[in-house]
Amino acid sequence: MKMPLSALIGLVLTGLFLFVAIFAQFLAPYPIDSAVGGVWESPSSTYLLGTDTIGRDILSRLIYGAQVTIFVAAASSILAFSLGAILGFVAATKGGWVDQVLSRLVDLVMAIPSLIIALVVLSVLPLNLTVLILVMGVLDATRVFRLSRAVAVDITVMDYVEAARLRGEGGGWIIFREILPNALSPLVAEFGLRFIFAVLFISTLSFLGLGIQPPLTDWGGMVKENKDALVYGKSAALMPAMAIAALAISVNLVADWILSRTTSLKGGRGA
Amino acid sequence: MHPVLKLVAQRIALGLLLLLAVSAVIFLGVEALPGDTAQAILGQSATPQALANLREKMGLDQPAMVRYFHWLGGILTGDLGKALTNGQDIAQAIGQRLGNTLFLAACAGAISVPLAILLGLVAARYNGRWPDKLISGITLSTISLPEFVAAYFVIYLLTQLIPIFNPVAMVFPGMGFWEKLHAVALPVIVLVLVVLAHMMRMTRAAILNVMQSAYIETAELKGLSPMQVIWRHAFPNAIAPIVSVVVLNLAYLVVGVVVVEVVFGYNALGQFLVDHVAKRDLPVVQAVGVIFAGVYISLNILADVIAIVANPRLRHPR
Amino acid sequence: MPEPLLDIRNLRIEATSYPPGEPPRHVVLVDDVSVSVEKGKVLGLIGESGAGKSTIGLSAMAYGRGGVRLTGGQILLNGRDIREAPVGALRNLRGKEVTYVAQSAAAAFNPARKLMEQVIETSLAHGVMPKAEAEARARSLFAQLGLPNPDTFGDRYPHQVSGGQLQRAMTAMALCPKPDLVIFDEPTTALDVTTQIDVLAAIKRAIHETGVAALYITHDLAVVAQVADDILVLRHGKKVEYGSTDHIINRPEQTYTQALVSVRSIDHVEKTAAKPVLTVSNVTARYRGTHFDVLKNVSVDVAPGQTLAIVGESGSGKSTLARAITGLLPPTSGRITFAGRDLSRDLAGRTKDDLRELQMIYQMADVAMNPRQTVGTIIGRPLEFYFGLKGEEKRKRIQELLDQIEMGKGYENRYPAELSGGQKQRVCIARALAAKPKLIICDEVTSALDPLVADGILKLLLELQAQQQVAYLFITHDLATVKAIADKIAVMYKGEVRRYGSKTDVLTPPFDDYTDLLLSSVPEMRLGWLEEVLAHRKMESAGN
Repeated sequence: MKMPLSALIGLVLTGLFLFVAIFAQFLAPYPIDSAVGGVWESPSSTYLLGTDTIGRDILSRLIYGAQVTIFVAAASSILAFSLGAILGFVAATKGGWVDQVLSRLVDLVMAIPSLIIALVVLSVLPLNLTVLILVMGVLDATRVFRLSRAVAVDITVMDYVEAARLRGEGGGWIIFREILPNALSPLVAEFGLRFIFAVLFISTLSFLGLGIQPPLTDWGGMVKENKDALVYGKSAALMPAMAIAALAISVNLVADWILSRTTSLKGGRGA
Repeated sequence: MHPVLKLVAQRIALGLLLLLAVSAVIFLGVEALPGDTAQAILGQSATPQALANLREKMGLDQPAMVRYFHWLGGILTGDLGKALTNGQDIAQAIGQRLGNTLFLAACAGAISVPLAILLGLVAARYNGRWPDKLISGITLSTISLPEFVAAYFVIYLLTQLIPIFNPVAMVFPGMGFWEKLHAVALPVIVLVLVVLAHMMRMTRAAILNVMQSAYIETAELKGLSPMQVIWRHAFPNAIAPIVSVVVLNLAYLVVGVVVVEVVFGYNALGQFLVDHVAKRDLPVVQAVGVIFAGVYISLNILADVIAIVANPRLRHPR
Repeated sequence: MPEPLLDIRNLRIEATSYPPGEPPRHVVLVDDVSVSVEKGKVLGLIGESGAGKSTIGLSAMAYGRGGVRLTGGQILLNGRDIREAPVGALRNLRGKEVTYVAQSAAAAFNPARKLMEQVIETSLAHGVMPKAEAEARARSLFAQLGLPNPDTFGDRYPHQVSGGQLQRAMTAMALCPKPDLVIFDEPTTALDVTTQIDVLAAIKRAIHETGVAALYITHDLAVVAQVADDILVLRHGKKVEYGSTDHIINRPEQTYTQALVSVRSIDHVEKTAAKPVLTVSNVTARYRGTHFDVLKNVSVDVAPGQTLAIVGESGSGKSTLARAITGLLPPTSGRITFAGRDLSRDLAGRTKDDLRELQMIYQMADVAMNPRQTVGTIIGRPLEFYFGLKGEEKRKRIQELLDQIEMGKGYENRYPAELSGGQKQRVCIARALAAKPKLIICDEVTSALDPLVADGILKLLLELQAQQQVAYLFITHDLATVKAIADKIAVMYKGEVRRYGSKTDVLTPPFDDYTDLLLSSVPEMRLGWLEEVLAHRKMESAGN
């Protein structure tokens, strides 16, 4: 199977980001939180990407920031997926009042922009990693619910699912053996999109000062810390901004490719 | 009653119901979360007696339902209560800022809507060829950027590399229209970038969807010119999906303005909201949250109503 | 001999398809086909789906759908080769010299514009006639085609008229600009059989009265025999046989054509009644949330080793009856007894034996099998589920079943997508047999298949019935199939059983009105059938 160049680039970059995130402790040349140089030093052989607003090494903070950003985004999208996909499948196969209650609840949450609802909730809850992951995961689960319910509803009307029902199969077999294998590729592509959304979301929250709190840092927070540098013509704020963009675009390229490979429900076994 | 009117009335009624439910979520849902407003104001070191006094003073000792209806009644009569932090009247504080936010959003909408439709048409017309690939490629990258990242790229480009704008956008009462327009140029450019990408991609998809219909083939087989095909057959059917795409994407603006206002220090509702989330000033957050949600829901209702009205099957029932 | 209007010589058509995630695939759709149509004559193009008949039809307008390219040969229209003509010239002839009637008029009309605007659009765009004249012509065509209120019919929107009326309006649209040639692409296929005959008659009359030439594309040889002067039989994009209608119908030379003409080679002798295995008594049912009975007081039964055919048009309730019997749609009243026990109304209330002994085979084998399961899993699951078979034992039984459906070795690890249409349906039969059922409900099991393949499936079903004494409840709209396999017949109309009894009784006059209409509407494979039926009906209505 030939892979388009764009997908290959996306896959390699995504892999690189993951590698950096996992081995941040070994890769970062300086500690995350100590001022090792002057304020806003330009890139040099000592500080490859320069230093930040209080003289910390930007590359090191970028590497540690990758770990936090990717961890929070991954954890919240995994939560969103487990919650959204399972409830979506249950709603689609059970139908009736279960479906009605779940669907109306999701409609209600989705009627408010996620950022607004997150801001309202975060004005009450303590700002720590667990709360952020839970809030983002639950809000995002509504989108996953919509998609997986729609995909599963399309599959449940297929004759092969009816045949399984008529055979007397239970809910477990129908969800995991009949529906899931056929819903997998749209869901995998959606996972990519949800992950990007989570990266953008946590970055935005941190940028607004309502996400990751010091001493931890993430890319959105780094943009916030260094935003004044821009006025003085320093590129410090652009580095984390570019990291966010690069990660989002490379995951997007992979997701696009998976989505285009998604075969129709009727034909072929494709992926 | 004409079925279209009936459907529209139903949709609006449903929207109002949704709005009510959303207000309940924002008030009661937040109340249900662990956290204590009185504690938030007085801090961890407050004595139990001081806490109890403050709760009584603020009416926090009453049941949540009672306070909800009191709050709801206040919203409907324009009384949004007082801010916890400085005791300021919230409605008054919001008034001017809401105007500024709407001005920003309106400017961004006025530029992005025609541009998005134009680019969407071009991309659909040259589907799969280079103009389409170019437009789609660029918009894919802008979709991948959060608003504030796009904002800093634009700031860096237009204030440092090509210094033609001021990185801070301030508007004051008494500024002239053109002055104001110049002041908001940068945030508007950023908002347009962000909204344009979504809007254009969905417009393109909507047009392509119509162009694949069997009646377009019929029109081509009638020997009509491409312009006649688009104008007489594709356009009347594409209006509804395009309009609803446009309106739905205006809803992106609602979120976009919050971030962009913070980036540019633009004194309006979004920044006001973020400030008070940081200060944990719940009454302000709830009031502003309801306003944003209300605008968002109203836009969605508008999109649905337009889709209903534009549907020939509903306009001309059997 | 006069010069033909349309002369296609050695036409070759190719296409490139882009299946998602796979390299582009190059296919030859039509290979070396030559055919011609004279002024005022009708040519029938006949073949299965994928035979290339629509592709050839559209080539008469030098039009290719999607990635279709006309790569070789000549298409002479009024003496000019249009195959490589420039777009401007093509635009001039499309709609003016050649017009097109699509299979689904419902999709081919623009939902946002009134019928009249669309019908006269071509005449105005090509300057064939002024608006007033075009409207007058449209109204007279509406009248000619038997549309109701021809003077105001054009003021309606497409969704405001019925499917049969839309198909006639589309014919009016094609005839309005006075073209030389009209392409009819399966114009009656989407219609019910009793509607089809009226539309067919209207089209035939309109062709005659306007003197236009036509290409009539269909998969139904009996239909095309009524309207065509010549017939071209196609298979896999190649010519099978080409000749006059009389020649093709009465003296076909090729085996394939002979098979198409004979339709069903099965000669089934009706078996006599025995003690029933399934009895449906007074069953009434409606869908949840509606106030309308889709089944009204239905009573039928079927004995072991016998076949009960349920016949009716779409909306007659025949598939709903199957849903009621399987428990997917619990009846609101009535009783269903099966193998001597009362069946629970609801699927959830049935025992494992109830479920096992009552199996179902579907119309679309494609969607009746999970595309992500192998043939082995599909057939093996009932063995495992009902009989607890595992390992070698299960594998042996799967092979036994594959042998029974005449598929032999090497299929166990294949996926449904790797099978042909007939093989897929055979696997579905094996899955049903695996449960050792007493009754199999067959829902239009042959209607999606090519005639030859369908014949094979029917023969297999009959053989299996003789061996295993399984009863069939056979749902179909195709009377030829019914004649081939049924022992008993129930004719359904609007949720009721209109006529019920042994095959001979049901198919022997005197008929009730509906059965008469239904039976007489099924096209027969002989010339002049349409005229006979119409004359007969005219006489009867005059008699009343």
